[in-house]
Amino acid sequence: MLAYAVKRIGLGLLILVLVMIAMYAAVFLVPGDPATVALGPRATPELKRLLIERMGLDQPVWWQIIEFFRNALTGNLGYDVWSNRPVSTLVLEALPNTLILGLTALTVALLIGVPLGCLSVMRRGTAADAVIGVLSVGVIAVPSFVVAIYSLLLFAVTLRWLPAIGAGEAGDFVSQAKALVMPAAAIALGWIGYIARMVRASMMEVMGEPHIRTARSFGLPEWKIVSKYALRIAIIPTISLVAVGLGSILSSAVFVEAVFARPGIGKLITDAVNTRNYPVVMGTVLIMTAIYVSITIAADLLIARLDPRVRDVFRG
Amino acid sequence: MSGSLAASDLSVRYETPHGAVHALRHVDIEAHPGEVIGIVGESGCGKSTLVTALANLLPANARVDGSIRYNGVDLAKLDAHRQRLLRGDEIALVSQDPMTAFNPVLTIGDQLVDFQHHRKDLGRAQKRARIAAMLGRVGIADAERRMQSYPHELSGGMRQRVAIAAALLTDPGLLIADEPTTALDVTMEAQIIHLLRELRREYNGIIIVVSHHLGVIAELCDRVYVMYAGEVVEGGEVDAIFHDARHPYTQALLACDPARFHERLDRLPTIPGSLPNLTQPPSGCVYAPRCDRAFAPCAAIAPPLVKLAAAHVARCHAVTP
Repeated sequence: MLAYAVKRIGLGLLILVLVMIAMYAAVFLVPGDPATVALGPRATPELKRLLIERMGLDQPVWWQIIEFFRNALTGNLGYDVWSNRPVSTLVLEALPNTLILGLTALTVALLIGVPLGCLSVMRRGTAADAVIGVLSVGVIAVPSFVVAIYSLLLFAVTLRWLPAIGAGEAGDFVSQAKALVMPAAAIALGWIGYIARMVRASMMEVMGEPHIRTARSFGLPEWKIVSKYALRIAIIPTISLVAVGLGSILSSAVFVEAVFARPGIGKLITDAVNTRNYPVVMGTVLIMTAIYVSITIAADLLIARLDPRVRDVFRG
Repeated sequence: MSGSLAASDLSVRYETPHGAVHALRHVDIEAHPGEVIGIVGESGCGKSTLVTALANLLPANARVDGSIRYNGVDLAKLDAHRQRLLRGDEIALVSQDPMTAFNPVLTIGDQLVDFQHHRKDLGRAQKRARIAAMLGRVGIADAERRMQSYPHELSGGMRQRVAIAAALLTDPGLLIADEPTTALDVTMEAQIIHLLRELRREYNGIIIVVSHHLGVIAELCDRVYVMYAGEVVEGGEVDAIFHDARHPYTQALLACDPARFHERLDRLPTIPGSLPNLTQPPSGCVYAPRCDRAFAPCAAIAPPLVKLAAAHVARCHAVTP
């Protein structure tokens, strides 16, 4: 298990390095030098030279990449081109908001999606199953920014129940929670459908296995068979899906944070891209990739914990 | 508590998109406490459908006609809830394949505790103590440690022992072993047969053993029902069936048993022909197309159940008492 964890973490670090190389390559390959793009066509050569020096753009690309990682190891992710604030500070300010948003959305999606999937299986072939099926596909089909805009119109503009923008007053839990409802719902909605379908599909497969028949032959109540005997196996593909899907949850956070003008990593990236603020883009991408890779590793370790057969494969 | 079991005129059909499959037709069997009943027949003869019906575990597309009276209660007419209360309490099933019979992600101990859920009078610790004792009884050494194991950590023979222990833990009046040795190698098979023989001495309920293996049936059972294409074609005491088989199918089946041949053969004997299509069972005798003694009425008229001796019956036009 430990060897497995170490191997996965090593692989994760390799992914981080490759992603950053790709990012630098992209910046390097984009026509025009970054300083001109950032400053606009009317910048003086003087100003341009200053910026190039400050961003280290006069160095060769491979040197820039090595510098980036050397600094990153000491916690220095570079400086914002415009405000000159450390990128690490910007990311640390924005990160909690995004993590809270993503995790709330994910928790809500799991808490609703998994029971819906189970209910579908227990009532298979009935109207309830059909309704859950249609609704699931329906909400999967709606992009989260559409949900965001319509809920904004309904709950913030028309009904005025919830704040339209921002992340709530600092230190005021109720106001923060209120500001979280719509963005989280916008992201969670599609995932509820996804998870419900996924749980239903893998559960149906598990319910046909002989050990379920054994549990039935001992007269175990159906809810116990579904929630203990089938779900523990059926949840495994869902965990993988959610871990991979977290990437898309974080990218939908980019849209949703833009719609709700909610401070967070998504908004930080969008703003940085719009202002050609390369150090901020690089630093944020590094952190996001690191988060994504850690979640994937955590999910694999969780699966190994849930399934003793997987555990044994890696023990040996 | 144990009572008698009697299935009468029991028919099961499966509704499929290609029409109904009449898997079981007009089956009559009976069993009394203390008896070991064997059900034998080739693959697809309906023996698994029969015991699945007895254990109330038929899939949703199955339709049942006739009655299954156990201890005076008609199981086929009970509602789903009452049926569930009987399963794992009065009726226990030892599944066909010990490799897949247990949940792969829960420990043996955890599952066996759950399987005793009808025993509301026992606490978790008491249930675990019963499991340890029962695992010891079925010949599993180091029972405490085995309870912490996951199914894949046990050998096939051990898993089959655990499956038998699980069934016995519920003190059933009716114990059904569906192909208990089919998935095992010969050594394991012998050990499991030995175990079942030992158990039957201390057990007063009904045991039903399903097998396509004639040797298993001969070693374990008091009475045997021979099934073919969804019907019971012959039934009687083990001695009568093995030494005085009257139905042409039973005779052919015994003639094909590989255990009968001591010298090497180039080809093992087989029964020519194949099973009838059970979506449209023939109106006459099901075995007529393959029978070497078939005559005029066989193809058209379903044969009656002929009583040959006190417990010996055969469904054939060609036999006479």
